[in-house]
Amino acid sequence: MSKISLTVNGRSISKEVSDNTLLVEFIRENLRLTGTHVGCDTSQCGACTVHVDGKSIKSCTMLAVEADGSQITTIEGIANGELHPMQQAFNDNHGLQCGFCTPGMIMAGIDMVNRYKASNKPLDEAAIRGELEGNICRCTGYHNIVRSIADASTKM
Amino acid sequence: MYETTFHKASSADDAASKLGAAEEGKLLAGGQTLIPTMKARFASPSDLISLKDASISGICRDGDSVVIGAMTTHAEVASSVDVPAYLAALAGGIGDPAVRHRGTIGGSIANNDPAADYPSACLALGATIRTNQREIAAADYFEGMFETALEEDEVIISVVFPDADKAAYAKFPNPASRYAMVGVFVAQSGGETRVAVTGAGEDGVFRHEGLEAALADSFTENSAASVAVSADGLLSDIHGSSEYRAALITAMAKRAVAAA
Ligand SMILES: Cc1cc2nc3c(=O)[nH]c(=O)nc-3n(C[C@H](O)[C@H](O)[C@H](O)COP(=O)(O)OP(=O)(O)OC[C@H]3O[C@@H](n4cnc5c(N)ncnc54)[C@H](O)[C@@H]3O)c2cc1C
Ligand code: FES
Ligand code: FES
Repeated sequence: MSKISLTVNGRSISKEVSDNTLLVEFIRENLRLTGTHVGCDTSQCGACTVHVDGKSIKSCTMLAVEADGSQITTIEGIANGELHPMQQAFNDNHGLQCGFCTPGMIMAGIDMVNRYKASNKPLDEAAIRGELEGNICRCTGYHNIVRSIADASTKM
Repeated sequence: MYETTFHKASSADDAASKLGAAEEGKLLAGGQTLIPTMKARFASPSDLISLKDASISGICRDGDSVVIGAMTTHAEVASSVDVPAYLAALAGGIGDPAVRHRGTIGGSIANNDPAADYPSACLALGATIRTNQREIAAADYFEGMFETALEEDEVIISVVFPDADKAAYAKFPNPASRYAMVGVFVAQSGGETRVAVTGAGEDGVFRHEGLEAALADSFTENSAASVAVSADGLLSDIHGSSEYRAALITAMAKRAVAAA
């Protein structure tokens, strides 16, 4: 067991975790933040994507002990009174069907828009599709997900 | 995942001594290979020694070389102005953005997956691998599939890449895993031409003498295309036969030459 202290969605948290606890298990089972999903559990699908110190990572492929001292943002932490522009864009563009992949898509979408804005690169359709390499959707066929992210990128 | 005990190393030497003290310890870098392996119960280290705080991350120029710390992530290499474009592009094509935010060059080279991208750059650019014990030339480092020259308690500190006059990497990614089905790195420096192939060889990354000779003679796509690439010793699996991989080596060599 190790004691970890971290910030999750702006809240400071200190807890004991066993050393083999995955970050996603910690988020879902200890903190009861079940918006972060486990799709594949083999590092492929991105349903478990969260931000650690502002960067998208797969929380099924990181130990909770490694997150000691970091700032974590999950899907529950992005709305600020009203929906985040990325959430709104998924709503407006019908960017989801069953919704299972959506938390990961939204966290990946926010991360890519932030990175492209910071480096002044155009986030065109081809770039969005390339950036979505690590996020799998079994329902939508991706077209509306790509539209949603393009729409949000003009509003963020 | 089996139980394990987590430690933080404060330096590469500290990591080596913690590794030596552990019953069956393993270094933990970005965890993008090791954690999935542990989850599948293919690995069950008694102790994990994290290199996160070991101060072996970062990129700096050293004359005509770039020195990349072992814990530098693929995303950091991909976006660094100190890294030549041919190497930054390779790092930016590894896996997906989330994998690139965690995975490191040290972890990739220590693992030596036969389909990993970095080993081809190390061989073609004549890199040197610096560890807590010594310096190893890339030519002596990669010893076969998942095999390297690293000793048990040896920790990679950095990788030194001399600048090439011209170089490029072309990769045909497996559509599902994004690892290389075949990747070809071509480089020319000071009159020497090197061509390294990853993803294809039964013994992991290798240099292709036929392509090297042809490209040393004339660095053109036609020259690459004129080389008969043999399927002997190439991987054959559900993703493609050895003949298919041989054809991909020609195609990727042409693309890399065109891009260099
Ligand atoms: C979905 C997915 C897609 C991927 N796609 C690609 C791809 O297209 N191309 C590609 O090349 N790779 C790919 N990878 C692998 C990725 O690049 C890994 O990050 C990399 O292979 C291992 O680096 P790591 O930092 O995660 O190491 P870890 O997983 O932490 O460690 C890997 C091994 O290296 C050892 N090690 C780590 N650091 C050191 C060190 N400094 N000294 C000595 N030993 C050390 C560890 O003990 C362990 O045995 C992919 C991974 C995933 C999950
Ligand atoms: S659950 Fe983490 S990548 Fe699929
Ligand atoms: S909306 Fe169902 S998996 Fe994407």
